[in-house]
Amino acid sequence: MRRRFIAPSSLVWLVLAAAYFLIPLVATLLFSLRDSQTGTCCSLGAYGTIFDDPQFAKTLWLSFKLAVETVVISLVLFVPTVYWVHLKLPRLRPVIASLALLPFVVPPIVLVVGMLDVYGGWSPGWFYSTPQFLVAAYVVLAFPYVFFALDAGFRAIDVHTLTEASQSLGASWRTTLGRVIIPNVRTAALSGALLTLAIVMGEFTIASLAAFHTFPTYIQYVNQTQAYPAAALTLISFGITWFAMLGILVAGRRPGGRQMAMRGGG
Amino acid sequence: MAATVELRELRRTFGDVPALQGIDVSLAGGEFLSLLGPSGCGKTTALRLVAGFDRPDSGRVLVDGKDITSVRPSRRDMGMVFQAYSLFPNMTAAQNVEFGLRIRKHARAARAKRVRELLESVGLEQAGKRYPHQLSGGMQQRVALARALAIEPRVLLLDEPLSALDAKVRVQLREEIRRIQTQLGITTIYVTHDQEEALSVSDRVAVMHGGRIEQVGTPVEMYSAPATPFVAEFIGTMNRLEATVATDGGVDFGGRRIAVDAARSRTAGERVLVLVRPEVLDLEPFENGVEPTGGLVGEVVSQTFLGSVTRVKIDVGDGELTADVGTVRVESLPVGARVIATFPSSSARVLALADSVEHVS
Amino acid sequence: MPYAWLGVVPFFLYAFAFLLLPAGQVLVGAFKDKDGAWSTANISTLFEQQYVDAFRNSIEISLVTAVLGGILGLCIAFAALADGTPRWIRPVLTTFSGVAANFGGIPLAFAFISTLGTIGVVTAFLRDQLGYNIYFHGFTLFSKTGIEIVYLYFQIPLMFLVIAPAIDGMKREWREASSNLGASSWQYWRHVGLPVLMPSLLGATILLFGNAFAAYATAYGLTGGGVALAPLKIGEVVSGNVLDNPHLGQALALGMFAVLAAAMLLYVPLQRRSARWMR
Repeated sequence: MRRRFIAPSSLVWLVLAAAYFLIPLVATLLFSLRDSQTGTCCSLGAYGTIFDDPQFAKTLWLSFKLAVETVVISLVLFVPTVYWVHLKLPRLRPVIASLALLPFVVPPIVLVVGMLDVYGGWSPGWFYSTPQFLVAAYVVLAFPYVFFALDAGFRAIDVHTLTEASQSLGASWRTTLGRVIIPNVRTAALSGALLTLAIVMGEFTIASLAAFHTFPTYIQYVNQTQAYPAAALTLISFGITWFAMLGILVAGRRPGGRQMAMRGGG
Repeated sequence: MAATVELRELRRTFGDVPALQGIDVSLAGGEFLSLLGPSGCGKTTALRLVAGFDRPDSGRVLVDGKDITSVRPSRRDMGMVFQAYSLFPNMTAAQNVEFGLRIRKHARAARAKRVRELLESVGLEQAGKRYPHQLSGGMQQRVALARALAIEPRVLLLDEPLSALDAKVRVQLREEIRRIQTQLGITTIYVTHDQEEALSVSDRVAVMHGGRIEQVGTPVEMYSAPATPFVAEFIGTMNRLEATVATDGGVDFGGRRIAVDAARSRTAGERVLVLVRPEVLDLEPFENGVEPTGGLVGEVVSQTFLGSVTRVKIDVGDGELTADVGTVRVESLPVGARVIATFPSSSARVLALADSVEHVS
Repeated sequence: MPYAWLGVVPFFLYAFAFLLLPAGQVLVGAFKDKDGAWSTANISTLFEQQYVDAFRNSIEISLVTAVLGGILGLCIAFAALADGTPRWIRPVLTTFSGVAANFGGIPLAFAFISTLGTIGVVTAFLRDQLGYNIYFHGFTLFSKTGIEIVYLYFQIPLMFLVIAPAIDGMKREWREASSNLGASSWQYWRHVGLPVLMPSLLGATILLFGNAFAAYATAYGLTGGGVALAPLKIGEVVSGNVLDNPHLGQALALGMFAVLAAAMLLYVPLQRRSARWMR
């Protein structure tokens, strides 16, 4: 029987949840608005300090660049692979799905140890000593998320039929992939991309232990030196993640994506 | 044992959609009534009100004369078979069937015996230890039926139990359901959108449309004497001709006079709908020049082979007729041929055109 | 069809180079000593008190936040998906959970410092408005309890994200059939609801366990090493704070890998079971 109004117990839980999750954010906000002289509300000085700091823009930009590179490499690597597996090698899918569970067992803290050891000492400077090193690891971190998103996207469309239809009309592999397949998994790819963005923009462990200066390491540095600006940074970081998640929500709502798949993007 | 069921003035609105606009129907003990209608007509809503999963905005449900409208579903002593997915996935078929008995705290030995009997009666003695995901759709529904019957309910409710199954399984299973129902004499309400299904198993059929019951009657009554255009269209195929009542007990259609016994009770000049079943139409090739009296003249538009019968469509100027003709005869009625269609004057029904505000397309 | 395999070669090459090789290196390197010879010296070091404590703390915190996060996440999921709850709550919660589940690490640590730290907003509020100084009563954010409170911030949302689809998969017909057959709400949950949900619940709890166990950044941001945790110990070794012995770091990583692998071995069959019932 469908109730007309929310059950009291449900309401209690949702209110408590809202309190637990919103209070720290509100507290951070209040903290960030404290005037550095008086220690009380209200001043935007903390935000000013952050925006004036050249390191802020520099590390934010670096993290963003790394995120974009990770997304590009991930998609270039995984979209054809997942497509190919769905089309020709379905028995390989469980193997790849199991591989996608590996990062759960080899978390960043373990991965960084391995990577530093394997690639230290002999790999070229342009790889080991630059932040591109991080991208290699980040693609691995993002792999499960991107894979499962793409996998779900490919499962929702009939890969065989679309490919065969496209080829029977004379399209080459590239055309098929670019004009038929990819537009139909756009939503899934976008979800994966945004999740990757959130992960990379927030990844601290590998960056810090491999001694690179990304946005999260910058936040930690500020945490240890200036309290109120640190709060401002925390909120900015939260905002970035929020933006990425909203993007996923909006992308998932678009009339394109899975619903249009049967119309072949026409 | 066989309970009577009465639905009185049931109304239910969801938001601003009126799902039920006053339903009245009674079932005698042991009767099998089908609620038949297209999607959205309110039949499932009505069933759920009887089961107790929803409360009516107004109106009452009575069982054996007692008002049970405010009784909780778990206390109504009814057995329900859902369209799909209703078996508990974590239990075997036998455990599913046993569930109601366990809740009622029957002794273990008695439960086991009853489960065995029920599984046998639905032909699944061997499948007791299997889990739902290991059973075919048809087998799952049999288990669902056994489970509903296990508690010896006063009323049996079935919500489109066969819709999700293959055609062949559907026919087989509906006969079994009817057989078991007759054997046990349980009062049953059966919801379906398949008119063939309803007509073949029910004692009575109630055709629903737009939240109302349009007509209740035996299958034969519903077929040969539909009371409204909707019922006529919904049950079987029906020819509809808009005509005017003539002064001498017939109707005028497209300038021709046709004898229709049922028009005698109507006033001349009244606009009516003449309803004729395809199988009572008789077609003869029409040679030019010989103007017969009575009957409709037209041109064959198409033929559809249906096996022993071929469905012939004829354009008669003001409308199209559908006739079911024995396939052996159809050679003389090729597409494009001029034919004359006649029917016995007693075999047509007449409804006032004002009644037929809604035309089913 | 040998050509078909070419299509997936780049992927496997990549996985090998940046996932399997480093992981393998860790597993192998744990058994080597400073000079590169085979040795179990580093493994034995794992059993020193400080490392045993670190692992024990990690497991403890992970268990607590997994179970607690699991229960709370489940309750919130039920509240969000219950009859009568407005439909818009679900997407809002899902989006927020996505944010919160990813929000961990340094910013989260600081957010809680701003809230419950010694000069935090809530601490000040409780002290100044209600006269109750939590730090005088033995509470500190920079402790195991503090870490648990903070970890819940991403554990609960993760549980919600994982369990909501499982709750969705519970067909309304089961509830109705059960009621029709005479069972009360409690009987339904006992005989049908919980058993069906159990594999998903257990799987999700294990996921949460692994998630908490592997977490580094949040604990680091919160305590900077003040509380002994396995990932933090690895961090110390890698950044050279402790003896310059990379193989010790690998031994520690091996230890972590062992715990996580055990969790994974429990998780996979549970996943399969729940998927089968939800079909």
